[in-house]
Amino acid sequence: MLEVVGVSVRFGALVALNQVSLNVRPGEIVAIIGPNGAGKTTLLNAISGFYHPFEGRILFDGQERTRLSPPQVAALGIARTFQNVALFKGMTVLDNIMTGRLLKMRGSFLLDALWWGPARRQELEHRAFAEQIIDFLEIQAIRKTPAGRLPYGLQKRVELARALAAQPRLLLLDEPMAGMNVEEKEDMCRFILDVNSEFGTTIALIEHDMSVVMDISDRVAVLDYGRKIAEGRPDEVRSDAAVIDAYLGVAHS
Amino acid sequence: MIAETLYAVLVGPFRDIVTGPLFFLEVLIGGIAAGLLYSLVALGFVLIYKASGVFNFAQGVMVLFAALTLVGLIERGVPVAVALLLTIAVMIVLAFAVERVVLRPLVNQAPIILFMATIGLNFFLEGLGEMVWGANVKKLDVGIPDESLKVAGVLVNKLEMTAAGTAAVLVAVLAVFFQRTRIGRALRAVADDHEAALSIGIPLKTIWVVVWSVAGIVAIAAGIMWGAKSGVQFSLSLIALKALPVLILGGFESVPGAIVGGLIIGVGEKIGEVYWGPLVGGAIENWFAYVLALAFLLVRPQGLFGEKIIERV
Amino acid sequence: MIYREAGQFKTTYAGDQAVFPIVQDRVVVALAIVAAFVVPPVLAGEYWLQAVLIPFLVYAMAALGLNILTGYAGQLSLGTGGFMAVGGYAAFKLATAWPGLNVLVAFLFGGLMAAGIGLVFGIPSLRIKGFYLAVATLAAQFFLIWLFNRVAWFSNYAPSGTITAPDREVLGVLVTGPNSTAAVRYVVALAFVVVFAAVAKNLVRGRIGRAWMAIRDRDIAAEIIGVHPLRTKLLAFGISSFFCGVAGAELVFLYLGSAETLAFDINQSFLVLFMIIIGGLGSILGSLLGAGFIVLVPIFLTNVPHWMGLSMSVALQKQIEVMIFGGLILAFLIVEPHGLARLWQISKEKLRLWPFPH
Repeated sequence: MLEVVGVSVRFGALVALNQVSLNVRPGEIVAIIGPNGAGKTTLLNAISGFYHPFEGRILFDGQERTRLSPPQVAALGIARTFQNVALFKGMTVLDNIMTGRLLKMRGSFLLDALWWGPARRQELEHRAFAEQIIDFLEIQAIRKTPAGRLPYGLQKRVELARALAAQPRLLLLDEPMAGMNVEEKEDMCRFILDVNSEFGTTIALIEHDMSVVMDISDRVAVLDYGRKIAEGRPDEVRSDAAVIDAYLGVAHS
Repeated sequence: MIAETLYAVLVGPFRDIVTGPLFFLEVLIGGIAAGLLYSLVALGFVLIYKASGVFNFAQGVMVLFAALTLVGLIERGVPVAVALLLTIAVMIVLAFAVERVVLRPLVNQAPIILFMATIGLNFFLEGLGEMVWGANVKKLDVGIPDESLKVAGVLVNKLEMTAAGTAAVLVAVLAVFFQRTRIGRALRAVADDHEAALSIGIPLKTIWVVVWSVAGIVAIAAGIMWGAKSGVQFSLSLIALKALPVLILGGFESVPGAIVGGLIIGVGEKIGEVYWGPLVGGAIENWFAYVLALAFLLVRPQGLFGEKIIERV
Repeated sequence: MIYREAGQFKTTYAGDQAVFPIVQDRVVVALAIVAAFVVPPVLAGEYWLQAVLIPFLVYAMAALGLNILTGYAGQLSLGTGGFMAVGGYAAFKLATAWPGLNVLVAFLFGGLMAAGIGLVFGIPSLRIKGFYLAVATLAAQFFLIWLFNRVAWFSNYAPSGTITAPDREVLGVLVTGPNSTAAVRYVVALAFVVVFAAVAKNLVRGRIGRAWMAIRDRDIAAEIIGVHPLRTKLLAFGISSFFCGVAGAELVFLYLGSAETLAFDINQSFLVLFMIIIGGLGSILGSLLGAGFIVLVPIFLTNVPHWMGLSMSVALQKQIEVMIFGGLILAFLIVEPHGLARLWQISKEKLRLWPFPH
């Protein structure tokens, strides 16, 4: 579904990604792991169209998609969450989720202004869909709370809800469980797996917690200093020497 | 018709410049002098922005306030040196007050909120200044005559030159202060990230007071220069608005940028007004600086000296 | 006790999405609107209409416009005065060039012209953000005022550059001009505000409003979600300027009667900005409250010392007024950044529970 081919991203003289290739197949859950600064978020940003790689290609469904702008990438059916929760703090949870629905909203400005007929109906349809997501992620109680006031764990869940609202085919999650306790992580894992099995959404996630990665991912890719150093099934990667050296840790005497 | 207009706009003024080089030099010098004064005011902004990340819209009114206090004291018979010291004291007290009342409560808010707070501060100080010192124009006498003399055939104004010279010295001193001293480094750390600076033990409150005081002193200098030239009056606070294009050109955080920006705006304005102004009926100075800044922004959104902001998600 | 919503459950999303979900609110607002149309023209004196109510309505319109741009879309603008000027002068030119035209159409034309100019000055907003954008709007402000001063055609070659609203009728009643009554002008201004506030409310609670707020809160995340930044920002500039343009036309035709560029200068831009800060950024109600508040303060300052038997010079009044504005901005930003609108909400919530503490 998503092919990243030899992509390199540079900020001035700093090469953040160095000829990284990755293949994400439909319906699978791929985990991207690596030490801090390895370029994982940069990779997601490149896929989102926020950074344009100076070499390499990105293909979605076989079509060349390397130099699209972020809204165009979103229109393809790629949604994501962010490392530092990027909720719209001034809006309620419900509004945040409805904003996620924006791509699906067609509107005529005039009808919007009058809150008439089709505009009203459409708004209510989208509200119904948003409520389904709210039910799915069990956040009914906080739907009218301003997002800025929520505890961190709930904010992450709302961000997931917002991403789901767009009915994406590919979901990019950037450290969805950072800063959560064990229970919250279990809930989040359950939600991610449910999204994958019920909606068939393909998922690529960045994650630091190894147990989570081992549990839920079909395949794992490991980045270090901007390069991909390993890829394969979780147990393969876990025993890969290069990965252990770089990331999982070895005591050097 | 079109050919005439094109000629008048694109060729005529340049021809005037070339055929009257001495006059052009005078205009240029006038522009530089005005530009240096803009730089001084902009410098106050840059200092505060560098240290507290706040865009102090009230800088212009601080200039006015400083000048008003100084003149008011002198008028009441206080000797100039004492008046100067008292004014400095007043500005330091003002710095404390601003830190306590405005900055501390708003320490974590978005920059736009801080900016609007300084707009509120601006108006408050304007009203206060007028109430305390009265609204009429005051003459500020610093002992330098406002006369011109011919230097190598070019007409030069003594007062303007002194002002320019002082401004240049001040700017140099401040540049060194920021780059070389320990306090300078601390200030730069604070500007970058308040919380991080706090966490490594930099006394935020002290730094802010220091910076706002220095800005106050810069304001005094600017106030004296402007006041000596055109009298202390309320249009002085409009200069704050004029400093904004300077900051855009030079970047909000760069001391050399404030200088260069000020010069470009000052010279550009004067030349534009003198050579192109008559074509459209004059008073171009009202908007020229802003449109110039706008044009610059379109090409380089971070200004000449600003750093390209790499946004992270 | 006073304000109960017990027993009112929303069983449909439509009910939940309504602007006034509580029945009492709906009734009160409907009554208030009817009363506003009927009572003041009959009971209020010329002074109250001319010096308080009409300017309140005119500025409410401008505040609505600026709040859309700055409060909802997060684009700080200091060019409000300039856009109002465009509206005022455009309406003037059309009304004087075509005497038979319904003058209300001239207002809308003024709005359209202002919207056009707003779009032009909004184009840089994609590259330029925050304070930089504020300075770009200053360029608009100063340039437009200079233009209207310099080019005599705009004021129909009047010697002092003043534009005066001509007598114009709508449905047989004199609506503008030296011979119109304050009561009629009040009703027209009120009608405009009611319609425009309703439109604004509808816009901000739907997908357009959400797109604006997304850009305001996290423009990068918004982009990645699919919001088109330029389109969204331009829409905000256009609509906001339309409102301000109509407000500018109203300023000349319904409030001042005649005006020069001074009526649209940078101080107006600041004044409207104060209205939305004090009233509440990102709130339709806030725009109205803020406008009312700012209009009332000078009235208060003029009249209260008089009632108390003190005399205050005009200059001192102005100084205190300016200090109060500045001080209030600071106070509100520190204590309640969401302004009067939030204070209103909080007091309503307290009313629901009163006399219980929580």
